[in-house]
Amino acid sequence: MTLTAVKNSSKSYDIQLIVYYILLVTIGWFAIYASAYDKDAAFDVFTLHKPFGRQLIWIGVSLLEILILLLIDNKLIYSYAHYFYGFCLLIMVIVLFVAPEISGARAWIRIGAFSMQPVEFMKLATALSLAKFFSDSKTERQRQNIWLYASLLIGVAIILTFLQHDTGSALVFLSFIILFYREGLSTNFLIIGIMVAFIFIFTLLFNEIYTIGALLTVFLIFWYFQRKNKRKMLRNLYILIASVIFVFAVNILYNNIFQVHQKQRIDSILGKSSDPKGADFNLNQSLIAIGSGGFMGKGFQRSTQMQLNFVPEQSTDFIFCGIAETFGFVGCLVLVAIFMLLIIRIIVLSEKQRNPFVHYYGYAIAGLFFFHFAINIGMTIGILPIIGIPLPFISYGGTSILAFTAMLFIFIKLDNN
Amino acid sequence: MDLSGLKKRQFIIMGAMLLIVLIYVIKLFHLQIIDKSYEKSAERNAMRYLTDHPARGLIYDRRDSLLVYNEASYDLMVVPKEMRTFDTADLCRTLDISTEDLLKQINKAFNYSSMLPSLVYAQISKEDYSYLQEKLFKFPGFYIQNRTLRKYPHPVAAHILGYVGEVDNNILEKDPYYRMGDYTGLSGIEKAYEKELRGIKGQRVVLVDVHNREQGSYDNGSQDRAAWAGQSLWSTLDLELQRYGEELMKNKRGSIVAIEPATGEILCIVSSPGYDPNLLVGSGRSKAFAELMRDTVQLPLFNRALIAIYPPGSTFKLANGLIAEQEKILTASTIYNCNGGYRVGNHTIACHHAGATNLVAAVQYSCNSYFCRTFYNIVSNRKYGSTQEGYQVWKNYINQMGFGVRFGTDLPYESAGIIPSVDFFNKKYRGRWNGNTIVSMGIGQGEVSTTPLQMANLMAIVANKGFYIKPHIIKAIGEKEHANTRYDEVIDSRIDKQYFDPIIRGMVMAVQAGTARRAQIRGISVAGKTGTAQNPHGKDHSVFSGFAPVDNPQIVVFVLVENGSWGATVATPIASLVMEYYLNRKIERKDLEESMMLLKLY
Repeated sequence: MTLTAVKNSSKSYDIQLIVYYILLVTIGWFAIYASAYDKDAAFDVFTLHKPFGRQLIWIGVSLLEILILLLIDNKLIYSYAHYFYGFCLLIMVIVLFVAPEISGARAWIRIGAFSMQPVEFMKLATALSLAKFFSDSKTERQRQNIWLYASLLIGVAIILTFLQHDTGSALVFLSFIILFYREGLSTNFLIIGIMVAFIFIFTLLFNEIYTIGALLTVFLIFWYFQRKNKRKMLRNLYILIASVIFVFAVNILYNNIFQVHQKQRIDSILGKSSDPKGADFNLNQSLIAIGSGGFMGKGFQRSTQMQLNFVPEQSTDFIFCGIAETFGFVGCLVLVAIFMLLIIRIIVLSEKQRNPFVHYYGYAIAGLFFFHFAINIGMTIGILPIIGIPLPFISYGGTSILAFTAMLFIFIKLDNN
Repeated sequence: MDLSGLKKRQFIIMGAMLLIVLIYVIKLFHLQIIDKSYEKSAERNAMRYLTDHPARGLIYDRRDSLLVYNEASYDLMVVPKEMRTFDTADLCRTLDISTEDLLKQINKAFNYSSMLPSLVYAQISKEDYSYLQEKLFKFPGFYIQNRTLRKYPHPVAAHILGYVGEVDNNILEKDPYYRMGDYTGLSGIEKAYEKELRGIKGQRVVLVDVHNREQGSYDNGSQDRAAWAGQSLWSTLDLELQRYGEELMKNKRGSIVAIEPATGEILCIVSSPGYDPNLLVGSGRSKAFAELMRDTVQLPLFNRALIAIYPPGSTFKLANGLIAEQEKILTASTIYNCNGGYRVGNHTIACHHAGATNLVAAVQYSCNSYFCRTFYNIVSNRKYGSTQEGYQVWKNYINQMGFGVRFGTDLPYESAGIIPSVDFFNKKYRGRWNGNTIVSMGIGQGEVSTTPLQMANLMAIVANKGFYIKPHIIKAIGEKEHANTRYDEVIDSRIDKQYFDPIIRGMVMAVQAGTARRAQIRGISVAGKTGTAQNPHGKDHSVFSGFAPVDNPQIVVFVLVENGSWGATVATPIASLVMEYYLNRKIERKDLEESMMLLKLY
């Protein structure tokens, strides 16, 4: 394929997705620029000493990446999906051994002057690999155990990510559940998942006795309505027993899986502890920055909380605070709207696909984008515990913008065919 | 796999996503629009209201000499978090402290807060400051904070000037002006004129970052207010005279009060022994204060001129003479015979002289018999009906002259002295008493007690021939032309002018050829009265009270020297030297001056 061919075919690239992408990247860059306030320094936009300068370079590299992606043959993507997954797994394993510890995680490798976070590409590779797996023809055994195989692809990635102490990213791999659900995963799994989450939160919030009491009440209600159906009654009894066992496991799991700071964050979201100057400092400052934005925001370069560094990680994980403080509720609505338009557009396009690979892939990345978006904003507004993951296309970070750009533009490219 | 059957799930997925986003939007709406508390929190976070402390007003003497000013003082502060490795030995050398002490301070700072500044070394001298300033770049995290300290260029009038110190809870509760750590006048002029001296605080609104570091002014300083320096005060004190008085009183206990009679302005007020006001400044104040407090022998903090009460002695006779004249109990030509004493029952109040005496001579020779008789004649006069009534008439006059009451002007704490009430004597003598029972009060002994300030005021009444203005210490506020009018009320002593003539004549005679001859000054006519305040604990106190020049009184001087025996020996020459110095600005009697300065009475 030549450059002219790209130009000729570019008309059919989905213009909506490209526009959303450009909007998000632009908003992101300005948000990073605004957060690096320094009243004394005359800013050189291209300086490499400031995040916005470096981000500009990464945006440039992303454009180059887009060009390359549009130039390569689609078949290359289909046929190398699993290889790419394998390659990323290898890198992830290497990272475990060579990565220095940065704020508790061993997730970064240094290449020259830059740090890379391979897990970002692991997300892309998993999406591609899942799409490939679902779209390939399968043996009978594969067909029977399709969810097991698919879960294996995700599970390995999750375990490696966990080993890197990158809980946030590990959590994001669960986003493929959206793809699974769309492809026929039983609703029961989701119900079980929701129950597990509910019991977990309820037990942490109150205690084992209350939770069991609540479960028993629900069970007895079902018992009454289904007393003619012996099978269902028996099933419910199994569920009850399993639930009760799980209830007692909750605190053990909670104390063993999570690290101290994560437990503190969960406790503060559940309202069990309040320590605005200590453990809850970040959340508190995040809420203050967002809340003080008001309806219209304080205006560009006039935000106090961001510019005076009250909000931590303000160009990466907490970038949303800057946008909320600077542009207020209106700005937040616009940002949320663009994100939802992007994600829904991907789903709509996926549904239209005749090529199953693109369909699966579309759902995979729609889920990834939504999880990132929902977890990131959810934590800044105090709905979810604080988990460090980037806001796609917005947050500062070379690997993250390269990976998200690749995810989106592979879809745009494949969609075109 | 049956795609078409699962196709509807796309709507469930999109619906769930939109539901989550809707929850987020509602939460955002609540955070940003409903809940206004975050705006305030943001303000608290980022804005600091800093107070600019105004410079405290200066204090001048009546001739524009500076008595109190502010001196910049420098404290070395540290923000532990900003500290980097530095040459501790170098810093210790600069500050002249041991490494141990420095590390102790830094540890303390760490324990307090790693983000907020803590004091490392207080009151760096000006010389060390400039030296340290040059080197400060080598010590990151350290910075110098400017403060001001009260400074007294001349170590005089400590009791009257007072001192400043940190406000206590009591003051904090009463006056919203003050914040913890602010300074306020705690005694003397500093306290009496605190409102004028303190000025108006300024305010700066600055933005601070998360580490509490200043990041510039808020909104270009639109909410900033400059501090207004406190008003300067002009004291009525004459610095040179004050210093001279203190030199004369060196090594003696006692006090000098000099007043300009026409205005009530205090020219000098000495309480000896005193202390250097510079001791009670800055960080050493509490320690120095405790040390001065501990000195129970010298009582350097005790302001004898205002608080100490003494039997007034013979100078009190003048008041009794005046009252008797005003009450027409005697005239200038009334003669009482003195046989060397005044007999009361089987007890005699001795008198140094003998013979027929009129009022002028009685004053001149300080005749005890004469004034005992006079006092008796007032108190036990038939025209009042009873002793009680008679005493009350006398007491009213005495109170009117400022005895037994406080002036309540801008001076530090004063004693009221003691002028007993009728009830007091009724109780003491079970109602059976007359003028002779308490006749020693007629010569300034017995139950009467006065302060040196009150005695000086009596002499001002005499000099003014009938009126006085309450003695006070501040002449002008803000500008020298802006006179302090708080204490310019003319108070009538209720003694008519003509009655002063014989008294004054007697006092002039006392100086020329009586008990107070040592008060004579060449070329200046002096009126004076010696006294001896009886002291049951030791040698009597030497007292002199007088004014000069007689025709146009410029200065009233009262001197009391504890254990100085009788008036003529110590108090009279000192008072005379004070008058001479004030009126001539030089001393001719160098020998007298020298002998008085060298005289040691403790």
